[in-house]
Amino acid sequence: MSVIITKNIYKTYPGVVPVHAVNGVSIDITEGEFTAIVGPSGSGKTTLLNIIGGLDKPTSGEVIVNNQDISQLSNNELIDFRLHNIGFVFQAYNLIPVLTAKENVEFVMLLQKRAKEERDNRVAELLDAVGLGDRMNNRPSQMSGGQQQRVAVARALAPKPKFVLADEPTANLDSTSTSNLLDIMAELNRKENITFVFSTHDQRVIDRARRVITLEDGKIVSDVTRE
Amino acid sequence: MLYKLAWRNIWRNKRRTFITMGSVFFAVMLAILMRSLQEGSYEKMIENVVSFYTGYVQIHKEGYWDDQVLDNSFEATPVIKTATSSLPSVNEAVPRLESFALAASDSTSEPCLVVGADPEKENVLTGLQNKLVKGDYFKTGSAGAMIAEGLSEKLQLGVGDTLVLIGSGYHGVSAAGKYPITGLVRFGSPDLNDRLVYLPLEKAQIFYGAEGRLTSYALNLSNPDDYKAVVKDLKKGLDEGQYEIMDWTEMMPELVQMIESDRGGGIIMMGVLYVIIAFGMFGTVLMMIAERQYEFGVMTAVGMKKRKLATMVGLETIFISAMGIITGAIASLPFVLYFYYNPIYLGDSMAEAYAQFGMEAVFPTSLDPAIFINQALTVLVFAVLVSIYPAIKIMQIDPVKAMHT
Repeated sequence: MSVIITKNIYKTYPGVVPVHAVNGVSIDITEGEFTAIVGPSGSGKTTLLNIIGGLDKPTSGEVIVNNQDISQLSNNELIDFRLHNIGFVFQAYNLIPVLTAKENVEFVMLLQKRAKEERDNRVAELLDAVGLGDRMNNRPSQMSGGQQQRVAVARALAPKPKFVLADEPTANLDSTSTSNLLDIMAELNRKENITFVFSTHDQRVIDRARRVITLEDGKIVSDVTRE
Repeated sequence: MLYKLAWRNIWRNKRRTFITMGSVFFAVMLAILMRSLQEGSYEKMIENVVSFYTGYVQIHKEGYWDDQVLDNSFEATPVIKTATSSLPSVNEAVPRLESFALAASDSTSEPCLVVGADPEKENVLTGLQNKLVKGDYFKTGSAGAMIAEGLSEKLQLGVGDTLVLIGSGYHGVSAAGKYPITGLVRFGSPDLNDRLVYLPLEKAQIFYGAEGRLTSYALNLSNPDDYKAVVKDLKKGLDEGQYEIMDWTEMMPELVQMIESDRGGGIIMMGVLYVIIAFGMFGTVLMMIAERQYEFGVMTAVGMKKRKLATMVGLETIFISAMGIITGAIASLPFVLYFYYNPIYLGDSMAEAYAQFGMEAVFPTSLDPAIFINQALTVLVFAVLVSIYPAIKIMQIDPVKAMHT
């Protein structure tokens, strides 16, 4: 079943010479995929991820997420849509600095007005899953970059989203942290069938992805699915 | 959650929070002290002037205040006594019969204001006995008069001498009488000191041919602040077509006007102070949002409504202000209390000048809780106003742009 469909989307930044960050991209991502969108800097992968995630709007084209055309939603509706459907992991400084690991993971569930008991159980379960059950009460400044990214993954998964979008999640991590983070995400993908879509130019991520979509100048130049 | 976030956020930069809080602290402390001194001086002024003669509330025959003649007096029926005694705030209704006459000695004559009063009740209301400088205080049933010191000098009469009063009484009857002077009283106001003659009420009524009649009841209140409620209650209980019930603000509009204009000046100064503080707070809030753009981008990206984000920043401003307000108010309290119990005294020369107007040259502070509450609310309103611009900026946040800053 498709969770993300883009139909011929364009994102053009106006100027003396207009820049086509995304140039007629059509993709179909099905449930349970572990997909990497790759390409050199400026190829449009982050812009594409932002459009898929409802953070940005395409200049033209359709973005259908969970059977809903999100390109038609207002900014406020998009915030609600993101809250209930999408988990995000960004490159760095993902977490709210004044909240502990537990509170950061709980944050999105609080916005969803989930019951306390449900929140507590889910937070404990996820922090255990990312190997940080013992760092619940640590603030981001008391954790390493890798640990912070693992908390970010836990936060992204807390509201049980349809899929997780990760924008260069390993860009600031050393190889051990990268390997740990990828192991966790791969396991969650395998066990819970959660769809992961990464934008990355990290070869370690690309090697672990089952599908690799390559962008250049805003266009798909290859789309390879590996077994 | 918003409260927790806001509270923790303000401690991310402790120094900045303390500086902003400090500016609010000093502004509130200074404002409370200034306003308290100002309001305290007004209270003293009102107390001096109002309790000096008029009282906080008076009852007259309808039309008397505009045309203060004996023909506008009223019969002292039990109606008024019943109406006033039913009000717990009214300690006493002090009866008076006042009119002008000519006071004469064997060598000269002077115009005077004859006040027929109940000596005991008058003393309770105005502290008249404290103004006695020579002789004895006048008494009910006695035929003696008590006159102001200035008038006695002009008439060249002293205690034991005879005062002759001549005038026009109720319905134009001739009024004439001879009264032994039993005492002299001194008033700060030269006008009163040169004019006043006190007679026991029944003697004044006989003198003016107005037996059983009064020109006013001045009310002695247990709490002067209740004067408005007393007027309202009396207006319900008494026939408004027959009686006029006036509070001191109606009887002394010039005093009210003077206080209002002075208070206006004080409030403008407070306003300038608060605007300066508001700009300081505004700067802090601008810095707070400018350095957290990325964080705000992440928060909206994961699903936090911008409205909630703006509320959180608003709460941060309110928390900082509230801490400044509370500590500032607490810090001002010892000073306010000290000057309440040890009023500022302007010195002997000023005291003489003030005494001319029947006032004391002392300036206590006011303990009116409204002063504290008003300063707190004013700063809070400024805090809310200061939060408007950041709220607008937050409502315009684009998460993609914010995360690229």
